[in-house]
Amino acid sequence: MSFDNDGGSATTPLELALAWGFVGIPLLWGVYGTLVNAMKLFQ
Amino acid sequence: MRLLSILDRSHTIAKPGFSRWMVPPAALCIHLCIGQAYAFSVFNLPMTKLIGITKSAPDDWKLTDLGWIFSIAIFFLGASAAGLGRWVEEGGPRRAMFAAALCFSGGFLISAVGVSIHQLWLIYLGYGVLGGTGLGLGYISPVSTLIKWFPDRPGMATGMAIMGFGGGAMIASPLSVWLMSVFSTPTHVGVAETFVVLGLVYAFFMLVGATIVRVPAPGWKPAGYVPLAEPKKLVTTRDVYVYQALKTPQFWMIWIVLCMNVTAGIGVLGQASAMSQEMFPGRVTAAAAGGFVGLLSLFNMAGRFFWASTSDHIGRKNTYFVFFALGFVLYALVPYFGSAGNLTLFVLCFGIILSMYGGGFATVPAYLKDMFGTRYVGAIHGLLLTAWSVAGVLGPVLVNYIRQYQIDSGVPKAQAYNVTMYVMAGLLVVGFIANFLIKAVDDRHHMELETVDDLVGVA
Repeated sequence: MSFDNDGGSATTPLELALAWGFVGIPLLWGVYGTLVNAMKLFQ
Repeated sequence: MRLLSILDRSHTIAKPGFSRWMVPPAALCIHLCIGQAYAFSVFNLPMTKLIGITKSAPDDWKLTDLGWIFSIAIFFLGASAAGLGRWVEEGGPRRAMFAAALCFSGGFLISAVGVSIHQLWLIYLGYGVLGGTGLGLGYISPVSTLIKWFPDRPGMATGMAIMGFGGGAMIASPLSVWLMSVFSTPTHVGVAETFVVLGLVYAFFMLVGATIVRVPAPGWKPAGYVPLAEPKKLVTTRDVYVYQALKTPQFWMIWIVLCMNVTAGIGVLGQASAMSQEMFPGRVTAAAAGGFVGLLSLFNMAGRFFWASTSDHIGRKNTYFVFFALGFVLYALVPYFGSAGNLTLFVLCFGIILSMYGGGFATVPAYLKDMFGTRYVGAIHGLLLTAWSVAGVLGPVLVNYIRQYQIDSGVPKAQAYNVTMYVMAGLLVVGFIANFLIKAVDDRHHMELETVDDLVGVA
């Protein structure tokens, strides 16, 4: 996938996985940490 | 200057074969970063010890002075979203995301200088003014693009992005604490270095988002998508110009809907820790209260995706009816669960309330799209965010002052929030009525086709 709109090609599954992993991994890390912290409420 | 032309809308039009599922991650790159704003308070205490290191020295900044940083940033979020919305819409998402990245990360870098030379006004200017402008630009930049890519599921699409704003603090808070621990020494707190690293990391993330983002080609529709032959009564197929929307009662009714929903939620969110400890004395410790706040953040984030997606199926108006009716019942039940000592149901009540608080933010762009069309929805959304600014003041003030008045009147702390809950329930009734009064926008407010072309200058 190019930066511009010329010369690009169809989106590949790898590009989709990279894009979602790029935002998904940090988000899951944050959610996991918050969940662990939240469990203190019920201890 | 020619290099900057790659930021133009015309250079971001997707080619055939581009997957629309690349756009939500692009939006999340922005919203996950600017969601850091909710975690800015982790810097407050360390910044009161920049000179004294282990404890505040006489020349150190006071917490009251530092509190202004966040307030200025939120003010400029609202101001820039309202004032620059049209520029964002007409220039396209990449230019707006690029500008948001420069402003937000630049705000961190200027603030780092402010911390290094101990000049608070530089932090007000950096994180507050510049960073706040980046927050506003970033918040609205992907909204209309997502709606255009997902005409079949606009609520879900914007819900995904705005969920990122809720999740950003969950990443920023532990990351900031860890960075400060890495950079701190016995003679140094490490805030300035943390600001520099965060500024660079956020710039990188946001620029990746600006690189990935695309707008659909004119006339593009998702495969298999057939617009309804007879549109629903509350879903327009035409557009309303951004400033014309201000002249419609629908805009102001939605403004009240958002303001009431946010006021009720934000007041509770700000006081959740103290409230849980005071309503369950001896049972909820400070650490457990921290867990409660974290749990509410998760509900807030999940609600953004869940409720906005649900609104695609049951309609926006019905979704807000659920928020106000269910919210009313839950707020009214909280004092009962508190006096009965039922912690589980107390937590569940507030979890659902906070999910609807987040859901209110995430569903409103699709509500605006239904009312005013897609062309200026981002800019109209920017204007609507002034309701957030008002609620940001109103909610905490109501909760704090009513609590204090109750305590001064001799009410035990465990019951000092009861009246507050009833007041919040009352606000939801106001929101319910405003939502009930929303009808389709009158035809005279819609743009003519030639007007659209004249104003936009793009196909």
